[in-house]
Amino acid sequence: MKPRHKRIVFAAIAVVAIGIAAKLIIASIDKGSSYFYSPKKVLAGEAPKDQVFRIGGLVKVGSMQRIGKTLTVEFIITDNQSAEVTTHYTGILPDLFKEGQGVVAKGRLGENGIFNAEEVLAKHDEKYLAPEVKDALEEAHNEAIKNKETAQ
Amino acid sequence: MIPFFGWLTALLTIGGLYWGFFETPDTLSDQKEYYRIIYIHVGAAWMSMWLYIMMATWALAGLVFQTRLYFMIAKAIAPTGAIATFLALWTGAFWGKTSWGTWWDWDPRMTSELILLFLYMGYMALQSAIDDPRRADRAAALLALVGLVCVPIIFWSINCPNPNECAALHQSSKPGGGNMDPNILIAMLAVALAFWMYSFVAILMRVRNIILERERHTTWVNKLLEKKQ
Repeated sequence: MKPRHKRIVFAAIAVVAIGIAAKLIIASIDKGSSYFYSPKKVLAGEAPKDQVFRIGGLVKVGSMQRIGKTLTVEFIITDNQSAEVTTHYTGILPDLFKEGQGVVAKGRLGENGIFNAEEVLAKHDEKYLAPEVKDALEEAHNEAIKNKETAQ
Repeated sequence: MIPFFGWLTALLTIGGLYWGFFETPDTLSDQKEYYRIIYIHVGAAWMSMWLYIMMATWALAGLVFQTRLYFMIAKAIAPTGAIATFLALWTGAFWGKTSWGTWWDWDPRMTSELILLFLYMGYMALQSAIDDPRRADRAAALLALVGLVCVPIIFWSINCPNPNECAALHQSSKPGGGNMDPNILIAMLAVALAFWMYSFVAILMRVRNIILERERHTTWVNKLLEKKQ
C-alpha cells in the first residue's frame, strides 16, 4: 500500500469511529436523560432526594392560585395523565407562564410531597403561527376527527 | 467571486430582515414580538454546525492528501464558525430570557453548542500555539476531526427518535409539518442564506491572506508587492 492509500484508510476509520462515538453518546443521553424528571418519575421516587433537580410537565388547568397575600404561587405540574406534583414558587413567573403551558421547574422536593421551586421556566412549542391561523388549523383538525367518527 | 457573494449577502440580509419585520405576524399563538430573534438565531446556529463540518472535512482532506491549501481553508473557516456559534448562543440568551425566563440553562442543546464554541476556540489556539505551520496544521486538523463528534449531538439533542425521551428546554425543530407561517419561513431562510454568503466572503478573503502570509518568501508574492509599491 502506498502512503496515500494508508492515509485514506486511516481517514475512513476515523470517520467511522466518530460516527460510532456520536451514536453511543446520543444513545446514553436518550436513556439517562436527566435534564428534567417527569412528574411520574418524581412520584415513583426516582428523582434525587435532598438535592436540587428539575421537573418538566404541564401546568394543570385550574390549579394555579396565590397562597394568602404572599408572593408565593401554588400550581400543579402534571403529565396530563395521572401523575401530579404540587409546586410552590415565590418570585416572578416568566411571561409565557400560564395554565396548560409546558414548564420546567428547578428545586427540591419537601417532606410533605410539595415541590419547592427556586426557578420556573416556561417552554414554548415549535408552532410559529399567528394565533388566528393556529385556531383555524385546530378547528379544521377537530372537525376532521368528528367527521371521521361520524363516518364510522 | 468575493464582490458577488458580498452583494448577495447585503441583498439577502436586507430582504430577509424586511420580510421578517413587515410581512410576518406580530404575535404568535404563544409568543410575542420577541420570536423574531429566530431570523438571526436559527441562521447562526445552522452556520455554526455547517461550518464545523466543512472545517473538519477540509482538515481531513488535508491529512489524507497532504495538501497545504486544504489546511489553509480549514484554518480560514474557524474564526467565522466561532463567530456564528457565539452569535447563536448570544441571540439565544436574549430569546431564552424573554420566552423561557432565563438567560442560560444547562439544556442539552445549549450545552453542546457551548462545547462547539470551545472546540472552535481550541482549534484556533492550538493552530497559533505551534510555530511550525505544518505541525500546527496537522495537530489542529486532528482536534477538528475528533471534535466533529459534537455536531450530530447538537442536532440529535432535540430531534431524537423518541420525542418523549429528549427532555430539553428547546422545542423540537423538525422542519416542515406546516408548523411555521410561510412568511416567517421565507424570512428565516433568506437570512440563513445571507449568513452562508457572508461566510463565503469572509472565508475567501481570509484564505487569500493566509496564502500571502505563508508564501511571503516566494518570488511571486514579492513580485506582487513590488507591483503594488
